[in-house]
Amino acid sequence: MSTLYEEVRPSGGADDTVPVRRVELTVNGERRAADVEPRLLLAHLLRNGFRLTGTHTGCDTTNCGACTVLYDGVPVKSCTMFAVQADGHEVLTVEGMATASELHPIQEGFKDEHGLQCGFCTPGMMLAAKALLDENPNPSEDEIRWALSGNLCRCTGYQNIVKAVMWAAEKLGANAESDGADDAGDDSSADGAAANAGGEG
Amino acid sequence: MALDEIKIGGLGASRRRVEDNRFIRGKGNYIDDIALPGMLHMEILRSPLAHARIRSIDVSAAWAIPGVRMVLTGDMLAARNLAWMPTLSYDTQAVLATDKVRFQGQEVACVVADDPYIAKDGCEAIVVDYEPLPPIVNPIQATAPGAPLIRDDKTGQDSNVVFDWEVGDREGTDRAFAEADVVSTIEMHYPRSHPSPIEACGSIADFNRATSKLTVYMTTQAPHIIRAAVALVAELPEHMIRIVSPDLGGGFGNKVPVYPGYVVSILASILLECPVKWIEDKSGNLISTGFGRDIYLKGEMALRNDGRILGVRMHTDSDHGAFFSDAQPSKFKIGLMHSAFSCYDIGAAYLTAQGVYTNKAPGGVAYRCSFRVTEAMFFQERMVQAAATDLGMDQAEFRRVNLVRDDDFPHRTPWGLLTDSGQYGKCLDLGLEAIGYEDFLRQKEEARQRGRLLGIGISTMTEPLGAGNSREYDILGIKMFDSAELKVHMTGKALLRTGAKTQGQGHETTWAQIVAHELGIPAEDVLVEEGDTDTAPFGMGTYASRSTPVAGAAVSMVSRKIRAKARKIAAYLLEVSEEDIDWELGRFSVRGAPDRGVTIQECAIAAYSNMPDGMEPGLENNAYYDPPNLTWPFACYIATVEVDPETGVWDVLRVVAVDDCGVRINPMIVEGQIMGGLTEAYAMANMQFITFDEDGNCIGSNYMDYLLPTAWETPGFELHEVVTPCPHHPIGAKGIGECATVGGPAAFVNAVIDAIGDTGVRNIDMPLLPDRVYEALTGGHDVSGAPPVTTE
Repeated sequence: MSTLYEEVRPSGGADDTVPVRRVELTVNGERRAADVEPRLLLAHLLRNGFRLTGTHTGCDTTNCGACTVLYDGVPVKSCTMFAVQADGHEVLTVEGMATASELHPIQEGFKDEHGLQCGFCTPGMMLAAKALLDENPNPSEDEIRWALSGNLCRCTGYQNIVKAVMWAAEKLGANAESDGADDAGDDSSADGAAANAGGEG
Repeated sequence: MALDEIKIGGLGASRRRVEDNRFIRGKGNYIDDIALPGMLHMEILRSPLAHARIRSIDVSAAWAIPGVRMVLTGDMLAARNLAWMPTLSYDTQAVLATDKVRFQGQEVACVVADDPYIAKDGCEAIVVDYEPLPPIVNPIQATAPGAPLIRDDKTGQDSNVVFDWEVGDREGTDRAFAEADVVSTIEMHYPRSHPSPIEACGSIADFNRATSKLTVYMTTQAPHIIRAAVALVAELPEHMIRIVSPDLGGGFGNKVPVYPGYVVSILASILLECPVKWIEDKSGNLISTGFGRDIYLKGEMALRNDGRILGVRMHTDSDHGAFFSDAQPSKFKIGLMHSAFSCYDIGAAYLTAQGVYTNKAPGGVAYRCSFRVTEAMFFQERMVQAAATDLGMDQAEFRRVNLVRDDDFPHRTPWGLLTDSGQYGKCLDLGLEAIGYEDFLRQKEEARQRGRLLGIGISTMTEPLGAGNSREYDILGIKMFDSAELKVHMTGKALLRTGAKTQGQGHETTWAQIVAHELGIPAEDVLVEEGDTDTAPFGMGTYASRSTPVAGAAVSMVSRKIRAKARKIAAYLLEVSEEDIDWELGRFSVRGAPDRGVTIQECAIAAYSNMPDGMEPGLENNAYYDPPNLTWPFACYIATVEVDPETGVWDVLRVVAVDDCGVRINPMIVEGQIMGGLTEAYAMANMQFITFDEDGNCIGSNYMDYLLPTAWETPGFELHEVVTPCPHHPIGAKGIGECATVGGPAAFVNAVIDAIGDTGVRNIDMPLLPDRVYEALTGGHDVSGAPPVTTE
C-alpha cells in the first residue's frame, strides 16, 4: 500500500491568504463572535462554528425551510444568508426555544399532536410557527398553513403540524390569560385566547 | 388486579413518541451533526452530460488549491478494482466513471479537503474533456433499431434491454378474452418521481489502521445489508466493519441502495487514515440517487356485461436508467407488479414486462412502496375505472361486484399470491357512507347543469407488505427475515434492539409497546435501539412496510421467549409446578390462588440472583422471524374534486380514507403514517415528477423545479378504520406505512377524470398539471405525459 501515499497531500496546507472577517452576534441570548470567510453561510456558522446542529440544511435553495431561524424575530432561511450579514444581529435557533426547565408550548404541541415523524424539518417548522404566533396569537387554519408554506415536510402531511400550532396557540393564550389575571394585563388578548380555546373545545 | 394495558403504554395506546424528546429540542443526531476529530470533507464532481465518452480528466488545478488533501478519479479506483460495484439487482454500477458517463449527475471524481467549501472549490477546478454521445431518454429510443449501446462495458450485453419477464397464465387469459363481452383497454405512464427525503444522503468513514476496524456512519435504511456489501466490495473482513445508521431525516426507499459517495468516502478514509465525511447536496440527491416509478402500461381487461372481470392482461415497459439497481426481491424483475388485482376475484391474468437501460439516473427503488406495488395498484384502479366506464356501470358498484368476499379467504390471486384476510366490502361501504356518495352524485349532476365540474374518484386495493417469507423473498440471496433481541435487566427495565431501522416511523415508541403488551413491562421502561451493526441483531432493515410485519413480529416472539423463562422462574419462586401457573399482564400467579403471585419484575431480579438449580442465569434472548406470508392490509380511498374549466386547475374538496391494517399498535402513529402517505399520493397526482429533456438533462434537479406540496396546497384528510387482524402475525398487525401512497394517487386521478367524463377523455398522465387537464378538456382527447420521443 505504500505507493498510495503519493496521492495524499500531507496535512497543514491551510491557506493564510483567504480573507476572514470578525462577526459578533447574539445567538439564543448569548453574545458570540467568530472569524469567518465572507462566503460562509449563516447555517454553517451556527452548525459547525457554534455546534448548534438543530438548524438543519435540506435543499440549499431556500425552498425547504429546514434551516429556518429567527433573525431579529423574523424567520429567515439561514442556508442562503451569509454569516457576515448576521453581524450585530440577534438569531434564535431551536436550541433557544426551551428554557432550562420547560419546553416552549410549540415544542410541547408538536409532541402532543404528533406533528413530527423523522424530525428533520421540525426545528425550522417550529421557528416559522413561533414567528407566526408572535405576530398573530390566534391564527386560523388557513393562516397557519400559509405561514408554514415556506417549510416542507415529507412525513406528516401537515395536518398534525397545523393541530400542533393550534395547540400551542391555545396554551400560549391560556398562559397569557393567567398572566393577565395576575397583573391585570391586556384584556383583549385574554379574550381572544378564551374565544380560541372555546372554538377548539 | 391486572395491569391496565393502555396505562402502561401497551397495544392500542396512542403513546406520545419517545424520539420526539430529542427532535423537538434540535438534539437529533443526523449524519451531518456528527463531527469526528481530524475529520476531512469530501465532495463529488458529477457529469453535466447524460451520455459521453471521457477523453481525459485533468485534476492538477484542484491539487493546487491549499487545503485539498486528495483527488480521486475512476482510474485510481480501477487500479484497486473498485471502479465498479455490484447493485442490489445483480448488475454493476460505476463508482467513479472510467470509460463513459451514462447519466447526467453521474459521479466522475471526488475531492477531499480540510473543509467542504474547499472540497467544492476543488471539484470546480477539475477539467474533464467529454466527447458527447447520443442520449437515450425513454424505452422507445432504447429499443429502436440501431440505438447506441449504453452498457458497452458488459460482455454479452448487445442491446439496451435489461430483462424480459412474464408471469401468469397466458392461454387461460387468452380464453378469458375470447369469451369477453367487452374488452377495455388503456395506456398510461407512471412518471419518474424521487422519494426525496428532506435530508439527503451522506456518510462518515472512519478507518483505524491500528485496529483495522472500519466504522461508517451512513444514511441507510438497511445497515446490515450495507455491511455485507462493504465486505464484498472493499474486500474487508465483515467483523471489522461497523455500520451505524444515525437518526435519518426521512428515507422513503431512497436510503436503501449503496451509493458511490459511500464507497469513495470509505476508500478515502482508508488511504488518508482519518475520518472522511461526505454530505450530499440536494441536487446530487435528486439527480443521482434511487428514483421511483418511470414505467409505461398497456392494460386490457376482459369483461362480462354483468360487470364481472374475466381476465386481465398487462404489459409494462420500465425505464431503469443506466444501471439496474432496483432494490427488490431478486426473483421478481418488476417487483410485485403481479400483485395488481389481488383484491378482485378475477379468472385469469397474464403480465409481461420489459426493462431497459436509458441515460438517466439508476434506481427503481421502492419509493414508499413494496417493490412496484404503487405502480401495480395505480394501474389496477385506473383500469378499473376505465372498465366501469366502458360497461356503463357505476364505479362503486363495479368494484363491489368484483371484490373478493369475506368468506373467500384464503384467496389465491391469479398471479399466485395468497391473500388471507379482509373485509373489503365493509371498507368500501364505510368509505361511500363517509363521503356521502349518493348525495355527491346528485350535487355533481346539479353542478354540471350550471357548468361546474365536480368529480369523485375511488381507489380500493389490498397490497402485499412485509417481505418475506424467505422461500420466495431474498435480496442477493439473503433471506428476508428480521430480528429482535431483548435484554431484561435485573431491575425489570429492558433494552430492545431490532434489525429494522426507524426513519420517522417511531420504532423507539412502538416496539416498546409490543414488549409492554407481551410482558407487562411498562413501555417507558423499555429502551429501543436500532441501526448499529455492532450491537443490533442481523436484520434486513426498514422499507416496503416490513418493520411491523417482520421485525415487529420478532419483538413479540422474543418477548414470549422471555415470558416462557420467567414462567419457570415464577414456578420456582412460588413453589408450584409450571403447569399450575397462570399469566395475566405483568404477573404470574398460582392457579386457584390468585393472591399468590410474582410480577415480571420480581422474576427479572430472580433471574440474576435467585434462579432455580440448573437454570442458565439471566433474562435475555433473541428471535429471528421468518413470516409465513406477506400481510395484506386493505384500503378504500375516496377523493372529490372540482375542476375549473377555464384553467384546468383542480381543487380537492374532500378526502376520505378507510384503512384496515389489522391491529393498530399505536393509533396515533398509524394515522400519522396514513396522512403522510395521502400527501405523497396527492403530490404525485398533482405536481411531483421528474422529467428529462431530449438531451437527457434532468428537469427537477432542485426544489425550485421539483415541486413538493406545502401545508398550503395539501388537503385535509378524514380517516376511518376497520380492523381485520392478520391471521399469522403474532399480534394481528399488518403493514401500513405506504398504503396511502400506493392506493391514493388513483383516487385523485379517477376523481379528475370523473369530473371531465363528458368529454370522453379516458386518461391524463400524472401529474395532472393544469395545462394537461385544460388540453384534455378543450381537445377532448387523452393527454400523455410521456417524455419526448425521437428515434432517429
